[in-house]
Amino acid sequence: MSMPFYVSPEQLMKDRADYARKGIARGRSVVVLAFADGILFATENASRALHKISEIYDRIAFAAVGKYNEFENLRVAGVRYADLRGYSYDRADVNARGLANAYAQTLGTVFTTEAKPLEVELVVAEVGDTPDGDQIYRLSYDGSVADARGHVVMGGHAESLAAVVEKEWTPGLSLPDALGLAVRVLGTQPEGEPRLVGAAQLEVALLERARPRRAFRRLTGAALEDLLPGSR
Amino acid sequence: MSLDPSGRLPRAFTTPGTSSFLEFLASYSPALLPGNRILPAGNAPVAPHATTIVALTFDGGVVMAGDRRATMGTMIASRQMDKVFPADDYSVIGVAGTAGIAIELVRLFQLELEHYEKIEGVLLSLDGKANRLATMLRSNLGLAMQGLTVVPLFAGYDLDRSAGRIFSYDITGGRYEEHEHHSVGSGAVFARGSLKKRWRRGLGQDDAVKIAVEALVDAADDDSATAGPDSAREIWPIVSIVNAAGYLRVPDEELSGIVAALAETQRPSGSGGGDAS
Repeated sequence: MSMPFYVSPEQLMKDRADYARKGIARGRSVVVLAFADGILFATENASRALHKISEIYDRIAFAAVGKYNEFENLRVAGVRYADLRGYSYDRADVNARGLANAYAQTLGTVFTTEAKPLEVELVVAEVGDTPDGDQIYRLSYDGSVADARGHVVMGGHAESLAAVVEKEWTPGLSLPDALGLAVRVLGTQPEGEPRLVGAAQLEVALLERARPRRAFRRLTGAALEDLLPGSR
Repeated sequence: MSLDPSGRLPRAFTTPGTSSFLEFLASYSPALLPGNRILPAGNAPVAPHATTIVALTFDGGVVMAGDRRATMGTMIASRQMDKVFPADDYSVIGVAGTAGIAIELVRLFQLELEHYEKIEGVLLSLDGKANRLATMLRSNLGLAMQGLTVVPLFAGYDLDRSAGRIFSYDITGGRYEEHEHHSVGSGAVFARGSLKKRWRRGLGQDDAVKIAVEALVDAADDDSATAGPDSAREIWPIVSIVNAAGYLRVPDEELSGIVAALAETQRPSGSGGGDAS
């Protein structure tokens, strides 16, 4: 009878975490910024069909980095969770906190019990009636949740990019300023001059406070180009 | 709704496959679906009924309008009922029949369209939406056979054809495309006569709204279950427009103007009325 080698729990968890982190760091970053009229999501994504940013419910959106098949699965689960909850109770009873908890439990359970952790990092954000009511939750591959204040960067080189956001972000930015900051951050390179990320490479979406019911809107084509710095 | 004992999202949520909320609900929590309830034998008790809905196409879109009355036998159950709802950004649904079931049908239909849109990232085609509604009605057949019927009227702007289209249904889920105009509900016969006379090719949007209101006034004239515009209480019919720009509900101020103008044309000449010789 063969005996499996003993691996300490610390080592096991560390290996899994390293594995997940490596997978996540390979992808392009996603930047989430609160601005005066809502919440802005931006990432570099040449595909027009495979989105990293999507709508979950009236005031709630979702952004993810990592393996597409894994976060797509979580996104669909989130839409089903929100729609079922809204159908059973009322549309007003669907909130980002509940969804973030469900995601955290799912990520945590998979991390500890399944053969392979999910190589994803998520943001669940909800736009409130006032800027103070905005909620941005950041979820990691191991199920840990962080309540972010105003901005999140995740994905490849997240730490160095987050430092740029930390320095430049202020509450109450206008939309063009927030978009300008997001694009600058996405173009930042570990060394050398920042790259210029054009409209064709960008996936940008907004949760707009002023929109009546469904607050989510994608910025594409001419609407995006008009807002990008350098176009004016 | 309950989650898995571990608190994670249940397997049914993360199973890939369907983009339909109905199919998801049928697999995860079938008791929540209206069609799956087991009813005792016998006739259903009297429940509020929604009445007349009219729809007509115009050059560049479609108008749907409904009166506000719900009746329960000979009694008026509600004066302010909504029977015309946006199904999504480019379509509208009006319902006649048992009010409780009709409203549940509308809620589920709106959710079905939104759910598909969110998961797939694109809108269903107008024919796809119309077929989806037919499927939902078919599952209601058991209730319909006990007298709890719902007859919807569905209309929308077809983005591929750039035109407004109307679909009518029967209680068995039969789907029929109507050209020009259609009406359902207790006052439908009278409304249809009115629409038939007034509708013409190449109609403008404003004229179409007027004709819709007029058809409802005519229906209310002859059908006791249909309410005309109530100027005293300021309750106006619900009139919705769907065109290339999307769904729009005609504001009350505009409707009160249309109703006043219509009343003016119906008044006998010599504003005093009666024998104005």
